[in-house]
Amino acid sequence: MRVGIIGVGMTAFRPSTPEYNWKELMFEAASRAYADAEINPREDVDSFLTCAEDYYEGFGIFDEFVPDQLGAALRPTCTVSGDGLQGLANAYMQIQTGLIDVAVVEAHSKASDIVTLDGVIEHALDPIWNKPLGAHPFVVAGLEADAYLRVTRTSPKALAMVVAKNHGNALKNPLAAYGAAVEVEDAMRSPERFAPLRALDISNPADGCVVLVLASERAAKKLHSNPVWIRGVGWASDSPSLETRDWSDAAYARIAAEMAYRLAKVRRPATEIDVAEIDDRFSYKELQHLESLGLAKKGDAGKRVMRGDYGAEGRLPVNVSGGSLGCGNVFEATGLHRAAEVALQLRGDAGVRQLDRVRTGVAQSWRFIPSATGAVAVLGVGG
Amino acid sequence: MTKVGVIGAGMTLFRRRLEETGKELCFEATKMALDSAGLTRGDVDMVVCGTAPDAFDGVAMKGEYLLDGSGGYRKPYTRVFTGGGTGVFSTIAGWWHVASGLADVVLVVNEEKMSSCQPHPQSVFAHIWDPILDRPLKPNLVWIFAMEMNRYMTVYGVKKEDIARVAVKNKRNAVGHPCAQLADPNITVDDVLNSEVMAWPVQRLDISPPSDGASAVVLASEDFIRKRRIKDRAWISGVGWCIDSTMWTDRDLVFPEYVARAAKHAYKMAKIDEPRRQIDFAEPYDPFDYKELHHLEGLLLADKGEAPILTREGVTERDGKMPVCPSGGLLGVGNPIAATMGMKIGELFWQLTGQAGKRQIPHEVHTGVSQAWGDLMQYGSVVVMRG
Amino acid sequence: MTARISRWPGVELSAADLNERKVTQTRFRPDAKYAWSAGEAMSRFLAELQNGRLIARSCRRCERILFPPRMFCEECFRPTDEWIFIQDTGTIETFSVSYLDTDAKRIAEPILVGVVSLDGASPKMGMMHFFGEMTKDEIRIGMRVKAEWRPPRERQGSVLDIRYFRPLRKGEQ
Repeated sequence: MRVGIIGVGMTAFRPSTPEYNWKELMFEAASRAYADAEINPREDVDSFLTCAEDYYEGFGIFDEFVPDQLGAALRPTCTVSGDGLQGLANAYMQIQTGLIDVAVVEAHSKASDIVTLDGVIEHALDPIWNKPLGAHPFVVAGLEADAYLRVTRTSPKALAMVVAKNHGNALKNPLAAYGAAVEVEDAMRSPERFAPLRALDISNPADGCVVLVLASERAAKKLHSNPVWIRGVGWASDSPSLETRDWSDAAYARIAAEMAYRLAKVRRPATEIDVAEIDDRFSYKELQHLESLGLAKKGDAGKRVMRGDYGAEGRLPVNVSGGSLGCGNVFEATGLHRAAEVALQLRGDAGVRQLDRVRTGVAQSWRFIPSATGAVAVLGVGG
Repeated sequence: MTKVGVIGAGMTLFRRRLEETGKELCFEATKMALDSAGLTRGDVDMVVCGTAPDAFDGVAMKGEYLLDGSGGYRKPYTRVFTGGGTGVFSTIAGWWHVASGLADVVLVVNEEKMSSCQPHPQSVFAHIWDPILDRPLKPNLVWIFAMEMNRYMTVYGVKKEDIARVAVKNKRNAVGHPCAQLADPNITVDDVLNSEVMAWPVQRLDISPPSDGASAVVLASEDFIRKRRIKDRAWISGVGWCIDSTMWTDRDLVFPEYVARAAKHAYKMAKIDEPRRQIDFAEPYDPFDYKELHHLEGLLLADKGEAPILTREGVTERDGKMPVCPSGGLLGVGNPIAATMGMKIGELFWQLTGQAGKRQIPHEVHTGVSQAWGDLMQYGSVVVMRG
Repeated sequence: MTARISRWPGVELSAADLNERKVTQTRFRPDAKYAWSAGEAMSRFLAELQNGRLIARSCRRCERILFPPRMFCEECFRPTDEWIFIQDTGTIETFSVSYLDTDAKRIAEPILVGVVSLDGASPKMGMMHFFGEMTKDEIRIGMRVKAEWRPPRERQGSVLDIRYFRPLRKGEQ
């Protein structure tokens, strides 16, 4: 049975949202998604899923504070402690069982409520091996970027190209928090932070909420909607231990992509995928992930970004939304935002950033530091 | 819809403090579950993790931390979290992994290591409250249960001694459980009634203890079970889950409507229209003795206010007409929040496959229901299993 | 399989093993601090507490008066409509007599705490709070109570601007 996305709702992404609490932020995105899908959540939805991690919320059990603002009170509802794409995958499975016809997936960030964001991220490090070192958690990204650049012989200038491209793309996205005309030289001269990473290689946090409405083919027909099909999903985790990881290879993304492509019957991703939204919470991650997803040969992504292949006019537009560098790091909402963006492109609803002739797209996410977990969704229209 | 069976289960000892790390506890439970199913990690397609607040173990993104101990390395792995409801809910998530056709074999691993949290795991519960409405009052978790218990007792005129019978039954049932933390063959109703008053009407022996522990179950598709000729299996024939509104001070706490909704969902799927006749035994969530009664009513296995009477009449004893918590429950075996799956899903599997040893219900049982409860008295998760 | 399993894993430790550091331990205090935006509904609610008033929101569709106030109705899934002041009197729905403080430490003088449903809001709509000017033997479900406010200059825009709920006095209803 096919499963499709029949509703997309997003708030704007902003560095902070002092006027709203998280419930009101979720209510806005949910209202937009239900209006887009033309459904009443109290009557038409069988299951609700939220993607949230407690320490990002500041709660012991965030699940408590979810249902009311989604229309989910006294309904089947749950929290997936993971990225939005993992939530999407679980909703996809629920519908595939035949038990659920319409499911809602929500993910958000209210990072501006966190006073000590670095401390919260540090708290995810291994308590015996890593926390006692007292290092800033972004050191993990610095180490990985270094390994990636060495092994693939990628020039640091390629990272600066990613930074310039994604901030520039965000200028065309009215929802983006950090649209800017950034020159490659600006990125290369920005202060060194976690070498080889510089200040502009690191995405800044943002608040925002994304809600997607999913439906079985049968339900979509009944609701007279024209869905964007979820052709495949995949998710996977590499070792949580920093000491036993292969630092140059994003194995989680590779395994997740293999699964998603298998379900989607995509054999040659590099030629079959028309648009990609790739996790770029650190600039090198975009290149590393493109290679893990088979969208570039190992070591080629850097060269190709420098050739302009990944620009909006390039051979494979990557992060036309502006990505996380341009829209902001929305933590567990990252993957769902990217799936929403691909869905809008495939529907032809991407406004001034609309691409021509896109029928198959991929959205990919990573669960941020210190995880080696990620997910992939292949979306398509027609057929 | 692919038919899904439970084919293996494992659990560690439940104790106030265990030496093993959370990862090691997961490994032990996972290994047992796989061994009992006759499988190895290589047979596993996907893994579901269930674990409650990160602050117990003292690691943020706790699911990521536990993943290698749970067999999740380089596999599709997800953590689900519905407060205490996770004890049964993670199996529901495991069920949809298999029932969707995406996986043949799924491991569900639940863990809690509450002793890592110092000075007392209770301090974690300070963070489950609404920051504006509740936290300024500096509430203790026991308060809300005391309030719910009081409302239940007052509305139905339930005597405390009839509630205490639940604690006595479960702590005695736990005598047959090799992992039990608080089994007591000699406990009496008077012991419970004379125990320290913590937050009236809740007394010390009305409460299950904080514990360390892990549990795991292996789920598989009907095809896989047939191909591998696995004999010890119990089928998951119904699942249901439901959350009520966050605004708990706006709800009448006397009846758990969210449990009833989850139960009806599961019963409908399992084609059960007369639960009292068609269900042979139950493992409702019993972190407090009154909760077993409350949940029996929510599960529609007793009329409103009737559960204390059934308990007094012995109906819910292991050799009664409707055995309830033959495992010993959370009150007897312990309460490492999510890991209580060992008594809820694990016990159903062991009972239905005749492997419960000293705890085996003396008469034949074919259908069991398990249920967990969580969040701010708002979450119900229900699984119906058949032998 | 209980019958066939010979070893149930786990090595038990005593409190002394931990307290006297007989086992290896690592210690860490997370640096996790938050400052939540109160949002539209709660900001007004807190401001009105400072004025010594309780405020609710109404939903025209289900005709409920929602307290604590919220900007959306969870039943109808639509924005709520109007601000409405409700009374500071109400009824005890349930309560506990607690000998435990936040950290489960034992206390000699018990805390009386419970849920009060407030007059003027829809049935059962209330808040958790303390009770005062009554003993643990006098408190009962169904008792009528009224908020005892802190003096205006001591109020901070917090539920603690109400000290507790007390029994109605003569002439109050």
